[in-house]
This record gives sequence, C-alpha cells and structure tokens, in this order.
Amino acid sequence: MGFLNLLSRRGAGPGLVRLPTGSFTLDPGGRIVASTLPRSFPAAHVQQIGALVLSTFQSARAAQIPLTELIADYAALKLTARELRGGAIIFLAPR
Amino acid sequence: MSTRHKILLLDDDQELVEVYREMLRRLPSQPEIYTATSGARAIALLDSQPFSLLISDLNMPKMDGLQVLTIVRRKFPQLRTAVMTSVVDAQFRTRAYAMGIDLFLEKPNTAQEVSFFVDCIESLLDRETDTGGFRGVQSKSLVDIIQLECLSQSSSVLKVTNGSFSGKVWFKNGDLIDAESQDLKGEIAFRRILSWKTGNFEILPAEPERNRTIFNSYQGLLLESAQALDEAKGQPVGGDGAGGAAAVSPLATLARFNGVEFVIAVSGDDQKFESWSSENPEPISKWVRQTMQRFRELGEGFQAGELNQLEGLGPQCHVAVVSNGNADLCVGFHRSLSQDLVRDTMSKIVTQWAS
Repeated sequence: MGFLNLLSRRGAGPGLVRLPTGSFTLDPGGRIVASTLPRSFPAAHVQQIGALVLSTFQSARAAQIPLTELIADYAALKLTARELRGGAIIFLAPR
Repeated sequence: MSTRHKILLLDDDQELVEVYREMLRRLPSQPEIYTATSGARAIALLDSQPFSLLISDLNMPKMDGLQVLTIVRRKFPQLRTAVMTSVVDAQFRTRAYAMGIDLFLEKPNTAQEVSFFVDCIESLLDRETDTGGFRGVQSKSLVDIIQLECLSQSSSVLKVTNGSFSGKVWFKNGDLIDAESQDLKGEIAFRRILSWKTGNFEILPAEPERNRTIFNSYQGLLLESAQALDEAKGQPVGGDGAGGAAAVSPLATLARFNGVEFVIAVSGDDQKFESWSSENPEPISKWVRQTMQRFRELGEGFQAGELNQLEGLGPQCHVAVVSNGNADLCVGFHRSLSQDLVRDTMSKIVTQWAS
C-alpha cells in the first residue's frame, strides 16, 4: 500500500480562495477607503463586490424603492451592505 | 438495466488519477472509468456523453474544484458528484455541500479508508437517478433518513436545507430530542422540516449537551406529521372563510400576510411579470431581474453557493426577493416591520408560493 503516501502528500494549496471574513468601506466613487479583509482575498474581487453593491443601491433608487441596507444571503456566505452617504460599508461573513 | 456506470475522475495529478482508477476498477459494479486532469477537459467530457458520477479534486490550477462544481451543478443537475480532497477545511466542505454535492471525502490514507471510499462510491452508483428526494450522503426521503438515524441508535445532528430554508434535527442514542428551523423549535420545527419535499441533507457530529425538547417517539411524530400533511393537501388554498375566494389571484393570497404591501413575480426567461398592489411594477420588476442575475453571478464567481434570498431595507419600504426555479418573487413590506419579521413573513410566503 505504498501508493497511499501518494494520496496524502498534498496539503491545502494556493489554488482555492477562502471566503473572507471582514468588512470594507467604499466612497461614493467606488474607491476602497478602509478594509479589514485579509490580504489573501484579491483586491479585484473586493472591487467587484463594491461596484455591484453601489450599483444596486443606485438602481433601487431609480426603481423608486430606495434602500439603505442590503443583505445577500448565499448558502456559504452572508453579505450585508449599508449605505453611507452615497458610499457603502460592506460586511462579509462566511457560514 | 445492464449498462455499466460511467465515472469521471478529475484531478490535476496524473499519477493520483491512475491510482484512483485502479481502486475504482475493483468496484463490484465494474464501472467504466474516464479521467481528466483539468476542469475544462472534464466539462468537455461531460458534454460529450452521459456519466453517472463525477469525482473531483478541489485544489487544482486554473479552474479549481469549486468552480468546476458550480458549472456542473448548473449544466448537469442530475449528475451525482463527489469531492475527494486533501484540503481538510470545514469552510470548503460546507461550500461544496452548499453546491449540492453528494459526498465529500478526504483522500484515503489507510487501507481501511480506501475500503470506505470504494464502498461509498459503490453506494452512490447503486442509486437510481431520481428527480425528487434529498441529495446528501445518500438520496433518500427525509422520513427514511430519520428512521435510519433512530434505528441505528445514532447520536448526530441532521442538517436539512431546502432552498432558502434550513433546519436541524438532533438525535441522541436513537431518540429524536430536538429540532430547529428558522425561529421554530421542537416539534413544530420538526413538522416544518418534514413538510419539505426536496433539498440537501448533511449528518453532523453529535451535540451531547443539546437539551431535549421533544419527548414523543419518532414513530408517533412521523405519523402525526404525515397526517397533518395529508390534511393540509385536502384543504382549499386560501380558504380563510371569507367566501368567494375561488378566483383570487395567487399573488393576492400571498399578500394576505401582515405587513405585505406588494408582490411581484418576475419570469426569468422573458420580460413578463405579474404584480399585485404595486404602484410601479415595471421598474421594480426590471430591478429585481437585473439585481438577482448580478448577485447570482457574483455568488457563482466566488463559489459562495446558491443565492437564497436578497433583502433590502429602506425608508419607504422593505423588499425581499427569492428565486424558485426560473422565477423571482419580490415582496414589498411596510417599513415599520423589523428585519426579523420581514424574514419570518417571507419564509411563510415562500413556503406558500412553492406549494
């Protein structure tokens, strides 16, 4: 059964991105002002989330249902966003 | 009946793939084994012919296992999927199960674990592909699972997920001792969980310190729940004694819950929508369609699992949006409702909508 060593030789590698725990704040222009997210979480992903949240608040206003808080409930992640004078603070919490 | 099962093995390590292939060749059902060393190759193979089972590694370059599973769940919803990985991390396990995999296994390290792995795979292959039931370690009805846990004198926690709902049932030495679903506890929660017809389940380790709130036998509870479900089926929808309710729109029946101001059902395929009591349904339905689509794509991009619900709180009204199949349901609530009340009411509305 020497081949079993082959099966156990690898640990967690860099290929998988963990869902982060933390928060970040965006100004009305979508720039990140502050973040407590781990550095391992790619900045591009943070920008993507921020842009979606800001555009959702904007489009909700346009649809005449202005929102100040948004909660996206995924099976493995909870995203909570609060509007801050045109910007937003966004909390990410994996389940 | 006599056709051989086809298994697709996905791992970026060619040597490991060969080892697995040898293990799987010893299965009693003698399945045909196909292999792929990249996600793209695996998906191309799945496109080209029907498979019974995909066994995937998680940690792979370019397209990782979670990304592959996201695509596979969408394109091949009936395909059984198993993850076999050396990544021992509860978060990845949770995320994989959230995507609806059937089995999550650590790569075997001992002869006993190899034997366990082979048994699990054979058990997965044994089952006929069905359209209902609960996907989990085994695809069975919820009643079967509960009976199995009780008859085997198990101490465990059964976690059941049904769309945006989830619930837990606690077992101690074969006794059903507690249940919880959203804000419900005890027998009421158990009945709620048992009313779900499909979903995923997962057996979690026992929680010995859990207090007992259910004292009836599991047989009695199952019987009572079955009777209650039968009686509910026999009742007319929306029968509240008001009379003349036969022609009431389905959306109007959903809107009878306290605090509901409007309801809009948005079809995913076309631009159609149906609304009840909304002053401006067109822009809202457009917002619902676009927003849900974007958040679903975001979730897929991060492998965060299915988007269960989107809630928005605002100074004029609160909204909650859920998906069911190819349609989104948006409910507007009075702004005075608390977030907890919005969530609770929405879960009742969704249950009625789904039925």
